[in-house]
Amino acid sequence: MKYVISKNVDSFFTDVSDVFGFVVRFFKEVFKPPFEFNEMIKQCYNVGVRSVALITVTGFITGLVFTKQSRPSLAEFGATSWLPSLVGIAVIKSLAPLVTALICAGKVGSGIGAELGSMKVTEQIDAMDVSGVNAFKFLVVTRIVATSICIPLLMMYAAFVSLMGSYIDIHSHENITLLTFFQNAFQKITFLDFASTLFRSVIYGFTISLVGCFKGYNTTQGTEGVGKAANMAVVVSMFLIFIEEMAIIQMVNWIR
Amino acid sequence: MQKEKGHIDYNTPVIIIKDLYKSFGDNDVLKGIDLTVYKGENVVVLGRSGTGKSVLIKMISGLLKPDSGTVNVLGYDVPSLNEKKLRELRMKLGFSFQNSALYDSMTVRENLEFPLVKNSHHLAKKDLNNSIERVLDAVGLLQSINQMPSELSGGQRKRIGIARTLIMQPQIMLYDEPTAGLDPITSTEINNLIVAVQEKFHTSSIIITHDLTCAKATGDRVAMMLDGQFVKVGSFDSIFDTKDERINSFYEYNFIQ
Ligand SMILES: Nc1ncnc2c1ncn2[C@@H]1O[C@H](COP(=O)(O)OP(=O)(O)OP(=O)(O)O)[C@@H](O)[C@H]1O
Ligand SMILES: [Mg+2]
Repeated sequence: MKYVISKNVDSFFTDVSDVFGFVVRFFKEVFKPPFEFNEMIKQCYNVGVRSVALITVTGFITGLVFTKQSRPSLAEFGATSWLPSLVGIAVIKSLAPLVTALICAGKVGSGIGAELGSMKVTEQIDAMDVSGVNAFKFLVVTRIVATSICIPLLMMYAAFVSLMGSYIDIHSHENITLLTFFQNAFQKITFLDFASTLFRSVIYGFTISLVGCFKGYNTTQGTEGVGKAANMAVVVSMFLIFIEEMAIIQMVNWIR
Repeated sequence: MQKEKGHIDYNTPVIIIKDLYKSFGDNDVLKGIDLTVYKGENVVVLGRSGTGKSVLIKMISGLLKPDSGTVNVLGYDVPSLNEKKLRELRMKLGFSFQNSALYDSMTVRENLEFPLVKNSHHLAKKDLNNSIERVLDAVGLLQSINQMPSELSGGQRKRIGIARTLIMQPQIMLYDEPTAGLDPITSTEINNLIVAVQEKFHTSSIIITHDLTCAKATGDRVAMMLDGQFVKVGSFDSIFDTKDERINSFYEYNFIQ
């Protein structure tokens, strides 16, 4: 076997072109009936509902701790009344989408990688294809669509829970109603901020499920490969999420 | 137990394979395979582990593409089929996998109805249930209908796997090592099932195995694969009537076991 440059460089570029092919195939099939609604709803349940508990705990703690830690610095300037709006900016613009994405990269991404990986090595995917069912459509398209819908929803939920966590701390120091708190928290949030957060979440959901599906669908080397697929799904999607975060924030700053 | 061959239509070939080559990287697996299967015929492919038997039937069902050569199944030129035509062909094929490949997340019933529901959308509940019962009865596992695959034994999984392919009423069955890893009694049951399927549903089959009892019981014709080529094709007895060391050692090994 001859390599164009070297083994690793070559395999990197074949990987990239494989991923590209995978994405192209997704967009080709996603708009073509049959739409597999039932399977999509089942996957939404797997991705969304099953992550709610984890997101609740993490979101709540993030908001609570962030507020507690920020208070002393603001108190130095006698500016604790800015706390709600600071928390609002931090949570909505950055913490909620990132925390949700990273948690779900771990939970959802590895789950998809392992599930499709084991279906691949036990030939269940081949079995689906030879029975005349489009396995890519049934397994991959449904998961990507479901995750791209559910991550933004989870993100909004995470933001809400975080703010509630924050409110608990604030309420214990200052006498401020929930309504005022939320008004202050959203004071500095523009439509562009909100749109950017939502857009990022959709991209993260797409990334997490795409990487999970790709790694799972292309699993080789038996059961050992399944573990690798799940593991790589998490590592690669977290890495991509950071890159996307930087890129999108830059883009939004240009627009502004 | 040798079978009678009245049911084979030698004028109608259903699978024509010519000069088939396939390699994976440096690994040359198939090196010039020729095989014709006729309507109603059971052809057994014998060969040692790793000679490319599974690769051969994966090419028949379009799961793998050959490097060169012809694969013609029921008049379809498999390697050049577009997605729609390939699906059309696959509905006429039944593929029983080496390790059953049942869908872990579904019950036996859901496994069986999956290909039916997905492929024919306007199926009445009653017809669906009838089909499921018919094939489960054929493999003798009606009582397992609500179990999960993980609750079944290896032999039961094999039989459900066969049932799942039968439910589409295929014209051609591809069995990948139907009796591997099973005790002699269960093996015999599977052998009888394969013969019964051929007689009842008038299918043609390719049966991959290294179990000579299975080969003898189910095969109208046997093809011996060595090193990616068929070295001998003929009736079970004629195959082993040879001085070729490699074939004889295969025979002896099987019956010493
Ligand atoms: N998808 C694949 N990628 C790379 N190599 C493969 C692939 N599938 C099969 N091979 C190689 O092809 C050869 C033949 O494999 P195959 O599964 O056809 O063997 P087999 O005759 O079915 O053996 P067994 O009786 O053990 O099932 C093996 O050396 C295997 O490593
Ligand atoms: Mg095999």
